[in-house]
Amino acid sequence: MKKDEDPKKDLESGYQHWKNKRYSNSLRKSSPEKKEFTTISGKEIKELYTLLDLDGFDYQRELGFPGEYPYTRGIHPTMYRAQLWTMRQFSGFGTAEDTNQRYKYLLSHGQTGLSVAFHLPTLMGIDSDHPLAQGEIGKCGVAIDSLADMEILFNGIPLDKITTSMTINPPAAVLWAMYIAVAEKQGISPKVISGTIQNDILKEYIAQKTFIFPPQHSMKLIVDTFEYGAKEVPRWNTISISGYHIREAGSTALQELAFTLRDGIEYVEWTLERGLDVDEFAPRLSFFFNAHNDFFEEVAKFRAARKIWAEVMRERFKAKNPRSLWLRFHTQTSGVSLMAQQPYNNVIRVALQALAAVMGGTQSLHTNSLDETYALPSEEAVTIALRTQQIIAHESGVANTIDPLAGSYFVEKLTQEMVEETKEYFRKIDEMGGMLKAIELGFPQKEIADSAYAYQKAVEKKAKIIVGVNAFQMDHEPIPILHIDEAVPRQQLARLKQVRQTRNNSRAKTSLKDLKKAAEDEQNLMPYILACVKVYATLGEIIDSLKEIYGEYQEPITY
Amino acid sequence: MAEKKIRVLIAKPGLDGHDRGAKVICRALRDAGMEVIYTGLRRTPEEIVNAAIQEDVDVIGLSILSGAHNVLFPKIMNLLMEKEAEDILVLAGGIIPDKDIPKMKKIGIAEIFLPGSSTQDIIQWIEKRLSK
Repeated sequence: MKKDEDPKKDLESGYQHWKNKRYSNSLRKSSPEKKEFTTISGKEIKELYTLLDLDGFDYQRELGFPGEYPYTRGIHPTMYRAQLWTMRQFSGFGTAEDTNQRYKYLLSHGQTGLSVAFHLPTLMGIDSDHPLAQGEIGKCGVAIDSLADMEILFNGIPLDKITTSMTINPPAAVLWAMYIAVAEKQGISPKVISGTIQNDILKEYIAQKTFIFPPQHSMKLIVDTFEYGAKEVPRWNTISISGYHIREAGSTALQELAFTLRDGIEYVEWTLERGLDVDEFAPRLSFFFNAHNDFFEEVAKFRAARKIWAEVMRERFKAKNPRSLWLRFHTQTSGVSLMAQQPYNNVIRVALQALAAVMGGTQSLHTNSLDETYALPSEEAVTIALRTQQIIAHESGVANTIDPLAGSYFVEKLTQEMVEETKEYFRKIDEMGGMLKAIELGFPQKEIADSAYAYQKAVEKKAKIIVGVNAFQMDHEPIPILHIDEAVPRQQLARLKQVRQTRNNSRAKTSLKDLKKAAEDEQNLMPYILACVKVYATLGEIIDSLKEIYGEYQEPITY
Repeated sequence: MAEKKIRVLIAKPGLDGHDRGAKVICRALRDAGMEVIYTGLRRTPEEIVNAAIQEDVDVIGLSILSGAHNVLFPKIMNLLMEKEAEDILVLAGGIIPDKDIPKMKKIGIAEIFLPGSSTQDIIQWIEKRLSK
C-alpha cells in the first residue's frame, strides 16, 4: 500500500462496488420484487452498516466508559457484574389479601422487588362504593380504598428490606402517604424506605388517560411530592417518567423516547420554578420504558436515552451531581405485542424483548405473561415470565460484559440517529412553549394516533407480519386464565364500610377540611395528605376534597 | 342520490383509558365511508345508550379492556331494550376472555372482535350484516 492512499476512500469505493454490483445483482436475481426493510416504527434500515456510517465518531464523546459521562454504555461502572437488574413483576388483583399472597409467592421464587398494580377505581381516585366502580373492583389490580387495605397488602413484608414500585398517577401522593404510614406502623423510618411512585401525569394526558385534575394543578401536586421526598423520604424515587404507555398507545420508538425525555424536562422546569436546586431532586427522577419487538431499535433507544438525559441535565440545567445525570430506568416488555392467537408464542416475544432491555442496560425489568391478552396473569404464566428473566441472567451469558453491542456499526448508527431525531422533537416542542402547551395543542396525541393507524394499515397490508395473526394462522385450544373471585367486590365493600364505621369520623372530617384549606393556600399538600390517611380518610374522600378546589380535567374528544 | 351512510357510535364504557383500539377503529370506519361518532372515555351505560339514540346510529361498537364487561354490557343491552332501540347492531372488542364470549352473545352482542382482528374484517362484517 502506498503511503498517501486514503483508507476511507478505499472503503467508500469498496462499499459502492459491493452495493452496486454484488449486492444489487444478487438481490435482483433472487428477489425481483422490491421489499421494504423497516423497523416496527417504520424507520428504514440499510442493507449493511460499515465504518462509513460513523464518520467522525469519537469514542469518548459518543460513548465514554460505563459510569462516566455521557453514560451511553451504562450509568454504573460495574453494571450487571456487581448486581443484576431488579426482577420486578407488576402484580395486583382482587383484594389486598389476594395480592399479599401473590407477593409472598413471587418473593419466595426469587423476585427481588415489588410492583403494585392497583385496580381502576384506585387509579382514578374513587372508592369501591362509587357507582363508576361497578364491575371494576379487583379486576385490573388490587383494590385499595384506605390505609386499612394497605396494611393488609404489606402484611408480613418488611418494608426496610424490599423496594416497592407503585403504578399510580393522579392520586400518587395519597398512595405514597399510605405506604409511608404502613412503614411507620412497622417501626420503619421514612428515611430508609425505598421505591418508586409513577406519578407521571404528562403521559396520562398524552397516552394512558388516567387523569383527574387539570394539568396545572396536577403539576403542582407532583412538585409537592418532589419537595417533600427530597427532605423526608430521601431514598424514594418520586417519579417514574414513563414512555411505556406512550408506546403502547401506538407511538414509534423515537416518539416514545422524545416525548418521555421532553416530559422529564418539563418536570425539571416546574420544580426549579418552585425554588428547588436541581441537584436536590434530580437524582430521584427515574424513567420507565417499553421493550418492543424490534431488537436493535430498542437497544439503540435505551442507549440514546442515557446519553441525551446526561447532556440535558448538564448543559440545559447545569446539574453538578453526577447522580442528577443518570438516567435510571425500569423496563416492561410490550403488552400490545402480545397476541391472543397461539398465545404460547408470546413467551418467545417476551424473551426477545427482555433481552433487548438487558442489552440496553435496564435497572429493573418486568416481563409480561403469555396470557395477558385474556386476563391478568395466572400464577403459572407469571412464573414462566419470571423464569425468562432468570434464564437471560444466568444462562445466556449476555450479562457477563457491559454494553456488549457497543461498537456495532449498526447499533451505534441507530443510537446516533435516535439522539439527533429526539433533539429535533425537543426543538419543535420548545417552540410550542413546552410540553404542557404541546399537550394542550394535541401535538403528541396526534403524532401517536397517526403512528398507531399507520402501523395497523401496514399489518393489514402484510407489510408487517405478525406470526399467527396475519400469517401462519391456526386454531388453538383456549388456555387456562386467572379468574377474579366473585366474592371480591363483596369483601371489599364490607371492609370499606367497616372502615367508615370504626374510624374516628370527626378526626377524618377535620383532616379533610385542613387539606382543602391547604390546597386553597397553595401549601405543600404532602403533610396534610399524610394526616388524612393516618386517620383512615379514604382515597375517594381525599381526592373528592381536592376536586372541590382544583376541578376536573375534560379531555377534548378527537381521533 | 347517494346511498345513506352507515352511522356508528364507538363507545368506551368502563374505567380504563386504553383508547388505541377504539381510535384506530374510528379512523378505519371513517376511511371506509361510515359516519363515526366517538364517545370519549369512561362513559356510563346510560350515556352510551342515550348517545346512540340521539345520534340515530345503526351500529354501536363497544371497546373495553378493564374486565368490567360482564357487568356493563348487560346493562347497556337492557337499556337498549327498555328504550326500544334493540334494532341497533352492537359489537364489541377489547380484552374479553374466551369463556365470556357465549354469555356476551346470549345477551345480544352480535360479534366480539379480539386483539389482532383486522379493521377490514370488521368493516366487511358490518356492511354484510346491515345489508341483510
